[in-house]
Amino acid sequence: MSVGAPKIPVVVAEVVEVNDLIKRFRFVRRDGGAMPVFSGGAHVVVEMDDHGVRRMNPYSLMSHPADTMGYEISVRRDEAGRGGSLYMHRHVKPGMEMVLSQPVNLFPLDARAKKHLMIAGGIGITPFVAQMAQVEAMGGRFELHYSVRSPVLGAYVEHLKAHYGPRVHVYHDEHGEKIDLQTLLKSQPLGTHIYACGPKGMIAWVHATAKAMGWPDRAVHSEEFLAPPVGQAFEVQLAASGKSITVQPNQSLLEAIEAAGVEAPYLCRGGACGQCETNVLRCDGHIEHNDHWLTDEQKATNTKIMPCVSRFRGTALILDR
Amino acid sequence: MIKTVFEPAIPSRPTYGVLTPGVGSAHLFVADGEGADAVCDLFAQGEGLKASSHIIYIPGANGCDRSAALQALGVPQFHRSPSFAAAQSRLAKVLADAHMGLQVYAAGTEGLMAQVAAAAQHAGLPYEAVQMEHRGSLARRVQCVHCKGVTENVTLDPFVCSHCGLSLFVRDHFSRRLAAFQGVNIDAEDPGLVPASVERFK
Ligand code: FES
Repeated sequence: MSVGAPKIPVVVAEVVEVNDLIKRFRFVRRDGGAMPVFSGGAHVVVEMDDHGVRRMNPYSLMSHPADTMGYEISVRRDEAGRGGSLYMHRHVKPGMEMVLSQPVNLFPLDARAKKHLMIAGGIGITPFVAQMAQVEAMGGRFELHYSVRSPVLGAYVEHLKAHYGPRVHVYHDEHGEKIDLQTLLKSQPLGTHIYACGPKGMIAWVHATAKAMGWPDRAVHSEEFLAPPVGQAFEVQLAASGKSITVQPNQSLLEAIEAAGVEAPYLCRGGACGQCETNVLRCDGHIEHNDHWLTDEQKATNTKIMPCVSRFRGTALILDR
Repeated sequence: MIKTVFEPAIPSRPTYGVLTPGVGSAHLFVADGEGADAVCDLFAQGEGLKASSHIIYIPGANGCDRSAALQALGVPQFHRSPSFAAAQSRLAKVLADAHMGLQVYAAGTEGLMAQVAAAAQHAGLPYEAVQMEHRGSLARRVQCVHCKGVTENVTLDPFVCSHCGLSLFVRDHFSRRLAAFQGVNIDAEDPGLVPASVERFK
């Protein structure tokens, strides 16, 4: 069970096919009440009952933060994924009842910034849609640089351009267009903060380029949710609850712990927030640390694991859970 | 090299490092008194930053003036100012015109470093982005929590607030926003019962 407030029972109000790959979903409360207020960059965990398999995927909220009557998310169909996005695309229809977590923001705007420089790749646009609405309402300065594969797959490009005009810059991979990051970063006024969301490679490129140009670490923010990777099945002993469980190839360790009826903390379920950190009591083998949370030193000692994304190979793994 | 060792204190009390050449497009140094030595030491490590450096220097309240040594470094812009207050508008202008990639360095007394860090923060840089090295006097910049007046170069504890005249005990409690330590009335409960002043901050 996640920490904090109770979950939000919702009904699907609208499903919009944005393009071949992306669908947008709008949720409203079943009791017709107002949603909790969120800030741009926040995400919710959507619970799915995929024919008996419980899936819980984090998605950034992209509706206007001032719109408390509903939440909107966009889901990109991932054919090779574990099935959460396929479930959303194939089975979620208007009128369906679902459950959302409370919004959590691991990617907030820094209110001390003089200017917000947003760099998005593909579906990484979603948190920025909410953030731009928020910055504009507060009269702040921002600029969006958005890379998409092709014009057809550029979700929301037209809407954003129409609304924000020259503050929105779009690059099409298909036409060989690429953000000139060096030039862009060189000309930013003091007090600018960078926000990057998109593929792993893009985020690493933004961090490395900014660092090499003398940007302080604290002025460069990013968010990347990891989908729990699939792998080989493995056995785990849960010492505190006295249970032995098997984690299936396409199940995460966290999901297996939950399926065994054991309460485990989480927030993002994507290796980013640190909430699920669990002590390892014994490790005969190799932990595949897939998170962004533990330091390299912590990972090397194998004394902690992030069950939402990490896996194990070896003969024995005992957790303090 | 004189490296100041500070007694362990409460977390709000700032700690300082040693200036090292940063990576960036421009380099702004602000130093007072003996802080000039830290800047000279950094330049002694290499000439790399020279062409893109700007130094603002304020001679120390104790009379220490190393302007000549700094001027001899030959950076494109060297500015000597009689006080931090007099340098403030220049500092604000440099920061306002700067681009990301600017590296900010402060060296000298705590009061000077704190005010440089506050100005940088005001311009939108994270506090951690300012490199600081303490040199010279330990005199403190103290805000009276009662009248809010700030007294510079406090060496005695307790001391008399230069604004409202209360006897103040100098705490390690430090405000980044005000760039000052906090001074609280020491004889609030027993008026007149003020312990003898000790020179705690030389
Ligand atoms: S739940 Fe956020 S890191 Fe695991």
